[in-house]
Amino acid sequence: MTGRTAAPRRWRVSKVGATRAALIVLTLALLELLCRVGVLDRVTIIPPTEMASALWDIVRSGRFNADIAFTLLNTAAAIVLAILAGFFVGAALHVVPRLRRVSEPLLSAYYAIPTFVFYPLLIVTFGVGRAALIVMGAMFGIVAMIVNTMLGLDHVPPAVDKAGSMLRLGPMRQLILVRLPAAAPHLLTGVRLAVAYSVIGIVAGEFILATSGMGKRIAFAYDNFDNRNMYGMLLLLLVGVIIVNGVLTHWENRLHRRFGQR
Amino acid sequence: MKSSRFDYLVFVAGLLVLWQLVYWAVGADVLSSPFATIARALELLQTEAFWVHAKATTSAFAIASVISIAGGIVIGLWLGLRRFAGDVASPILGSLYSIPKITLYPLILLIFGLGISAKIAFGVIHGIFPVAIFTMNAVRNVAPVYHRTAHIMRLSPVQSAATIMTPAALPEILAGIRVGIALTLLGTLIGELFASTSGIGFALVRAMGIHAVTDILALTLLIFVFAASLNASLHLVERWVRHGG
Amino acid sequence: MVGEAGQISLRGVTKVFPGHEGHPDVHALGPIDLDIARGEFFTVVGPSGCGKSTLLDVLAGMARVTAGTAMFEDKPLTGTVPNGIGAVFQQDASFFWLNVWDNVAFGLRRRGMPRAEVERRVDKALAFMGLTGFAKAYPAQLSGGMRQRVCIARTLVLEPEVLLLDEPFGALDQQTRLLMGDELLRIWRETGATVVLITHALDEAAMLSDRVGVMSARPGRFIDIVTTEWPRTRDSRIVSDRRFGAITARLWDKLRDESIRSLAVAGLARAEEG
Repeated sequence: MTGRTAAPRRWRVSKVGATRAALIVLTLALLELLCRVGVLDRVTIIPPTEMASALWDIVRSGRFNADIAFTLLNTAAAIVLAILAGFFVGAALHVVPRLRRVSEPLLSAYYAIPTFVFYPLLIVTFGVGRAALIVMGAMFGIVAMIVNTMLGLDHVPPAVDKAGSMLRLGPMRQLILVRLPAAAPHLLTGVRLAVAYSVIGIVAGEFILATSGMGKRIAFAYDNFDNRNMYGMLLLLLVGVIIVNGVLTHWENRLHRRFGQR
Repeated sequence: MKSSRFDYLVFVAGLLVLWQLVYWAVGADVLSSPFATIARALELLQTEAFWVHAKATTSAFAIASVISIAGGIVIGLWLGLRRFAGDVASPILGSLYSIPKITLYPLILLIFGLGISAKIAFGVIHGIFPVAIFTMNAVRNVAPVYHRTAHIMRLSPVQSAATIMTPAALPEILAGIRVGIALTLLGTLIGELFASTSGIGFALVRAMGIHAVTDILALTLLIFVFAASLNASLHLVERWVRHGG
Repeated sequence: MVGEAGQISLRGVTKVFPGHEGHPDVHALGPIDLDIARGEFFTVVGPSGCGKSTLLDVLAGMARVTAGTAMFEDKPLTGTVPNGIGAVFQQDASFFWLNVWDNVAFGLRRRGMPRAEVERRVDKALAFMGLTGFAKAYPAQLSGGMRQRVCIARTLVLEPEVLLLDEPFGALDQQTRLLMGDELLRIWRETGATVVLITHALDEAAMLSDRVGVMSARPGRFIDIVTTEWPRTRDSRIVSDRRFGAITARLWDKLRDESIRSLAVAGLARAEEG
């Protein structure tokens, strides 16, 4: 297993990576087998290979492109909203410790609240359309960004902060040039979580609203026992989230390592 | 600390004022006033129907919590103690945690049908991952110097695990349980949304269907109070353990 | 150096860490020949990364040697820690969930000692280390120096015959270090234990020890062993002795080149270990 001459790091397959890949492949193979043999019936779940072919079909034919674009745009808007609003609230709370202390119980318990209940209220306010969905998505993601912003600013080493003040930077420049970069790894965590949660909010909203979007397609397929399209869309969603999450995690880990924090 | 208690009161008062202002801005179709909401909440607490629903939710939530916590700890301990397994599984667990669980809802409904087991399943898929991840990290992050101390003191593996590793990892494990329980509650409620004819989640869906704004808000308020108290008590336990009880 | 075996005796000891996943093996230590006499105060100095901590692991019985023999009281060290050896590490090892008293009592309780005896020994150790007033405090409330004292007390209460210390005062300021050095001498005198100290501070090594071993850059070997001939009753004021300067100069003379060499190796080594 150990090569005598070590290849350049990037291309060497580690034992851990290989085991992980094998584990995933084996699990999928097992699922495939159970489906094909009939232990898992077709009404419940279709074999992974069929899910993949359904996905490929959807992508190639482009028949759901409008819905996919709808969801993507909503998600992007919700993410931007969650990140910006979350950052400012988080920074504000960091700067006013008293306010932070009292809001901490609320922030801790936030994710137990079924925020989807505000959905009908949002519809009445914004009408049936994207605005309600986007606000819903942002509401899901914002607290993760707030909490991680505070954490990131907490972890700016005091010495680094002082070095900034010694250069006589004003508070704004101090924030942008010193604090923000120092807090970057945690901010990235916040972004990643905001992305994950916002997707949930948007797609869940589309389930309920059922006029357009990937959520609508999935709900429609579910109601019509159209397992092929349903799992195809679910797989598309899954793959998209996993890719984005993977990229952000990789980036996050690199930053943490570069900063000597992990 | 007197000043902090005062601060909390001011904060809550501030939120109520903000709520009232938004209510005046958007009207009764969107929100109900804080007063009306609180009054309705207190009213609900005195109806029998509410407690029937509450019991349904609580029993599903309790079972789901036990499974999430026990399962999460076992998985987390195993992955935390075995370095290789932990290295392999860590990104997989992280991905599973961040996958929108909604993608699994159809599958769960198809497997468990409608009823309490579906609710419990919803709860568990939400709650088990943070418990497992936090536990795994808690074990892996026990300071190396503690391992060396156990070694130089000639402790047996059992002694070391029981008297050093467990108390050292406990605060972070409890943090994971705290997050896990909050998400288990959310999962259970979502399960009731889709898969049940009883429970607070169901009551919410019914209220949403007929657009009974005050009821929606009152129920949400009660859920929030429940979740916040649970969270606060677990926080206290965590602090107590950190200091050695 | 090689002669009648001491309480601790190393002959041709080498420690190699096998490389994994294509990385080369790490030759951390050796070959080392060393005898430490009973009741001696022996210090090891050397550049960063030279293998000092690995040496301590070997002496403690926590690491198995790759080649050579390591003996403690004429019995070979085979990877299990023998009775009678205590260690204080560089990092804070105090248990944050126990107060000072329970921390110090920890080792005794694990051995099933009766409660009255535990109380007696712990109270004595706390008094010895000047911690009596802090018995109910938690480590989080104490300074770094106090926490190290707790770790030392926790070790001393087990009455070890050999006390190993791996840069125990690394995190402390110079004045506190000097005072802790005096304390260490007092402990050494009053317990009669053999003390092996690892440090990078030359003045500390020169003022505290009976003998100082100078280690080379990795793989660490002894390139010199200096005998100080200090009286047993010494304390930190020995710095005013005429010979102190000469001893420190001799240590630095041997160490300077090794330090320069190790600076180049250290970055690479840390990347491999990390």
